[in-house]
Amino acid sequence: MVPLWLYLAVAAALFSIGMFGVLTRRNAIAILMSIELMLNAVNINLVAFWRYQENPANLSGQVFAIFVFVVAAAEAAVGLALIISIYRNRQSVIAEDVDVMKW
Amino acid sequence: MTVELLVFLILSALTLGGGMLVVTTRNLFHAGLYLMISLFGVAGLFVLLTAPFLGVVQVIVYIGAIAILIMLAIMLSPNITNLPNPFTAQWPVGAALAVIFFVMLITVVTPVMNELGADDWVNSDQLTVDTAGDVPADGIATLGEELVDPHKYMLPFEVASVLLMAAMIGAVLLVHPGKQAEDVIEDVA
Repeated sequence: MVPLWLYLAVAAALFSIGMFGVLTRRNAIAILMSIELMLNAVNINLVAFWRYQENPANLSGQVFAIFVFVVAAAEAAVGLALIISIYRNRQSVIAEDVDVMKW
Repeated sequence: MTVELLVFLILSALTLGGGMLVVTTRNLFHAGLYLMISLFGVAGLFVLLTAPFLGVVQVIVYIGAIAILIMLAIMLSPNITNLPNPFTAQWPVGAALAVIFFVMLITVVTPVMNELGADDWVNSDQLTVDTAGDVPADGIATLGEELVDPHKYMLPFEVASVLLMAAMIGAVLLVHPGKQAEDVIEDVA
């Protein structure tokens, strides 16, 4: 089998790529996409640790990953609604432009 | 090189290459398409880890719902796909932070430091040697039963449904044009 640390290394790389996107992209939708990448990295870790435990009949890792899916779906829906609402009010989705809550 | 390792490397290349293009592509629409490639690679990794149910859920929920939702949002806001400068002014700092974080993680999760002799890595045996047990054949059925088992994960399952409901109502309320927004639209018209 592929050793566990290879999965962990891929997940670490994916998380770092997502972190780079969150820290540097200006477009709010691009930031949201980067957050999805980070959530996926976490999911890879959860499933890999589930698989490489001594008794995979314990399904906690998979169940946890399913709940991460649910939270990611909720987060994407609310996040995109917020972005569309901001775009409607300001004709912009650049995160730097929205640095004042009410003007 | 075994077939499994080859498949793993291809899927990893899809995942990481797609992810890299998502954060660097200037055109946001293309970034959304690359996000789908990356998510598909992750789904393949799930299947390779003998979690086929999660792989299918990944394709349906992530690629079929979330990525499509993001593409819809991109198309609803027309003049945002090609910003003149996609990165903030602090992007070198962000890149440096991401690289430092990656190096930090990689030294912890991989036996690299141990190989270099720089670190007496106590648990390296447990991570490098594969002690994985056999996956039960009825894993998906067990997963379904445990999700609705009151002694297992029924409470989080129900809480998750409430969370999805709240998120849906919240999203509808947020994008619903209230009275003020209607005035703005009339002004523009």
